[in-house]
Amino acid sequence: MFNSLSDRLTQTFKNLRSRGRLSEADIDSTVREIRRALLDADVAVPVVREFTGAVRERALSEEVSGALNPAQQVVKIVNDELVAILGGQTRPLNLAKTPPTVIMLAGLQGAGKTTLAGKLALALKEQGHTPLLVAADLQRPNAVSQLSVVAERAGVPVFAPHPGNTSAADDPAADAPLIGDPVGVARDGVAEARTKLHDVVIVDTAGRLGIDEVLMKQASDIRDAIMPDEVLFVIDAMIGQDAVNTARAFADGVDFTGVVLSKLDGDARGGAALSVAKVTGRPIMFASTGEKLTDFEVFHPDRMASRILDM
Amino acid sequence: SPLGARLLEVLSRDSLTEDDWDELEEDLLLADIGAGPTTELLDSLRTRVRVLGVREPSAVRELLREELVALVGADMDRSLHLDPVLVEDGPRVPAVLLVVGVNGTGKTTTVGKLARVLVAEGKSVVLGAADTFRAAAADQLTTWGARVGVETVRSDKAGADPASVAFDAVARGRDDKADVVLVDTAGRLQNKAGLMDELGKIVRVTSKVAAPSEVLLVLDATTGQNGLTQARVFAEVAGVTGIALTKLDGTAKGGIVVQVQRELGVPVKLVGLGEGPDDLAPFDAADFVDGILG
Ligand SMILES: Nc1nc2c(ncn2[C@@H]2O[C@H](COP(=O)(O)OP(=O)(O)OP(=O)(O)O)[C@@H](O)[C@H]2O)c(=O)[nH]1
Ligand SMILES: Nc1nc2c(ncn2[C@@H]2O[C@H](COP(=O)(O)OP(=O)(O)OP(=O)(O)O)[C@@H](O)[C@H]2O)c(=O)[nH]1
Ligand SMILES: [K+]
Ligand SMILES: [Mg+2]
Ligand SMILES: [Mg+2]
Repeated sequence: MFNSLSDRLTQTFKNLRSRGRLSEADIDSTVREIRRALLDADVAVPVVREFTGAVRERALSEEVSGALNPAQQVVKIVNDELVAILGGQTRPLNLAKTPPTVIMLAGLQGAGKTTLAGKLALALKEQGHTPLLVAADLQRPNAVSQLSVVAERAGVPVFAPHPGNTSAADDPAADAPLIGDPVGVARDGVAEARTKLHDVVIVDTAGRLGIDEVLMKQASDIRDAIMPDEVLFVIDAMIGQDAVNTARAFADGVDFTGVVLSKLDGDARGGAALSVAKVTGRPIMFASTGEKLTDFEVFHPDRMASRILDM
Repeated sequence: SPLGARLLEVLSRDSLTEDDWDELEEDLLLADIGAGPTTELLDSLRTRVRVLGVREPSAVRELLREELVALVGADMDRSLHLDPVLVEDGPRVPAVLLVVGVNGTGKTTTVGKLARVLVAEGKSVVLGAADTFRAAAADQLTTWGARVGVETVRSDKAGADPASVAFDAVARGRDDKADVVLVDTAGRLQNKAGLMDELGKIVRVTSKVAAPSEVLLVLDATTGQNGLTQARVFAEVAGVTGIALTKLDGTAKGGIVVQVQRELGVPVKLVGLGEGPDDLAPFDAADFVDGILG
C-alpha cells in the first residue's frame, strides 16, 4: 500500500505501449502520482499545484520522451525541481560586522524555539563564540526557567530579568492577557551583551499564532527594538497544510531571514519544508533532530527532497 | 436501448463544473483530511449528487457538510470517565487520567486546563509530573496546579524514572482520597522505540494502583498526515481512550482526526482553543465541520 513514489512511477510506466515515447495521457497519470505523493507528504495544495504544473511541462519535453528510461528521467526532474526550491545550497548564519550578532527566534507554540536557543548557543560556543541567551518569553508558564535550564546545559549565561509566567505571577487569565515587557527584556538583553562583550545574543520569544494580532505585533516590536541580524522561523516538520498560512503570517509579522525545521528525527515526511521555502523564498538553514542540545545540523536540501518523495 | 442509456447518462450527469468540484476538494485537502479520504468522500458525494439530481453548488456543499458531520460526529461516547474506582475488597482509588503525545502538542497545558475544570466541578485533584525529561516541565505543571490550588507530585531530580513519579502521584491520590489524578508525560516521537517502551512502563506501573480510566492522546491541530501514525502507535502502546485536539484557535483545521477516529474508533473528546485556563471545550462535530468548510 505504501509504495514509494519511484515504485509507483515505475509501475505507471510499465503500462506504456510504445517504449520511450510518452503520450500526454501517460504524463497525466505520472503527474497524478507525483501529486498524490506530495499531498501525502503534507506539501501545501497551492505549492503542489504549481510544482506539478512545472514538472508536467518538463515531462512533455524531448528530455523525457527521448530518454532511455522515462520513469527514471521523470523522477530525476521531480527531484531536481524539489532541490531547487529547497534552496540548492544552504547559507551559514549572518554574523554582524560589529558584534554582537543578534539572533531572534520566532514561531508557533511548541515548535521548538527554546530548545533551539540552547542548540544554537552550544554550537556557537563550540565554534569559539560567547553567546548570551535572552529570556523574552514571559508568556508561557515557566518558559524563563526552561530557558535557564537549557542555558545551564549548554554552559552559556542567560539574561532573565523577569521571571515571566510562574505560579507567583499574576494569572494571565485575568484582564491583562500579556505578562511583563518582553520588548524591554529583549532590548536590555542586547545592551547587556554589548556591555559584557558577548559576541552573539539569542533572543527566545513566546510561541504565537499567525492570526494572533496582539502577539504578532509584540513580536514585530521586539524585532524593531533589537534589529536582529537573523530572525529564525522555527517550524515543526510534522505540520500539515497550515504551513503556508503560518509562514506567510510570520514573514509579514517578523520578516524572518531563515527557517529552522524542527523534529526531523520523527517519521513525518516534512512537506512543510517545501511549502515554506516556496511561498516565502527564505532559506531553510538548519534542522533540529532531537531533544538533546547536540541534535542540530545544517539543513540538507537533497536529503530533504528524497525524504519528501520517500525515495 | 442505446438511446435510453444515453438519455439516462445526460439526465444523471451532475451539473457542477469541474471547478466546483476542485473547490470542494481543495477545502478538504487544506483541512488536512488527507488525499485518500478526500477522494473517497468526493467520489461518494458525486454518486449521491447524481442520484439525487442536485444541481446547485451550494446544495452540494450542504450535502458534503451533512456527510462530514455524520462521519466525524458518529455516535461515540465522548465523555471523560473520571469516577473513582472501587477495587473489590480494597480501598477506593482515584480515577487516573494520563496525557500522551509527541513533543509540544499541548499535553501539560491540557492537564492544567482540565485541573481547572475538575476543581470547578468540586472534585479533588492531584497532578503527577511524569515528564522528568523536558527542562522545567515539572515547574510548568506546578504553575498550572498552584493556580487552582492543586498539589503536584514531582521528583526533585531531573531525569528521575517517570514511571515511579507517576506511581507516586497515583499513590498520593489514593492516600489523600482524591477523586482524580492527572498524570502529565513527556513528549515523545512515536518512532522512538525506547521512549515508547518507557510510556508502556508508565501505564503498567500506574496500573498497580489504578489502571488509567482515560488515556488522552493530545494531537496538535496543525499536524498533517503524520497524526495518523502518531495515533496508531500511541493507541497500541498506551491504549488511548480519547483525543484532545489542541490549537484549534489558529488557522489549522485539524482534519487528520477524521482518519484517526475512523481508523482507530477513538473519539475526539476535547478541543483546545487557546493558551488560557478556560480555553478547553468538548468536541462539537458541527462546529468542527464548519471550521473545515468555512
Ligand atoms: N524529538 C524532538 N523534539 C524536539 C525537537 N525540538 C524541540 N523538541 C521538543 O519539542 C517540545 C517543544 O519544544 P520547545 O523548545 O519548548 O518549543 P517552543 O517553540 O519553545 O515552545 P513554546 O515556547 O511553548 O512556544 C519539547 O518537548 C522539546 O524537547 C526536535 O528537534 N526533536
Ligand atoms: N494557541 C494555543 N496554544 C496552545 C494550546 N494548547 C497548548 N498551547 C501552547 O502550546 C505550547 C506547548 O504546550 P505544552 O502544554 O507545553 O505542550 P506539551 O505537549 O506539554 O509539550 P512537551 O511536554 O514539551 O512535549 C505552549 O506554548 C502552550 O501555551 C491551544 O489550544 N491553543
Ligand atoms: K482553526
Ligand atoms: Mg519556548
Ligand atoms: Mg509538557
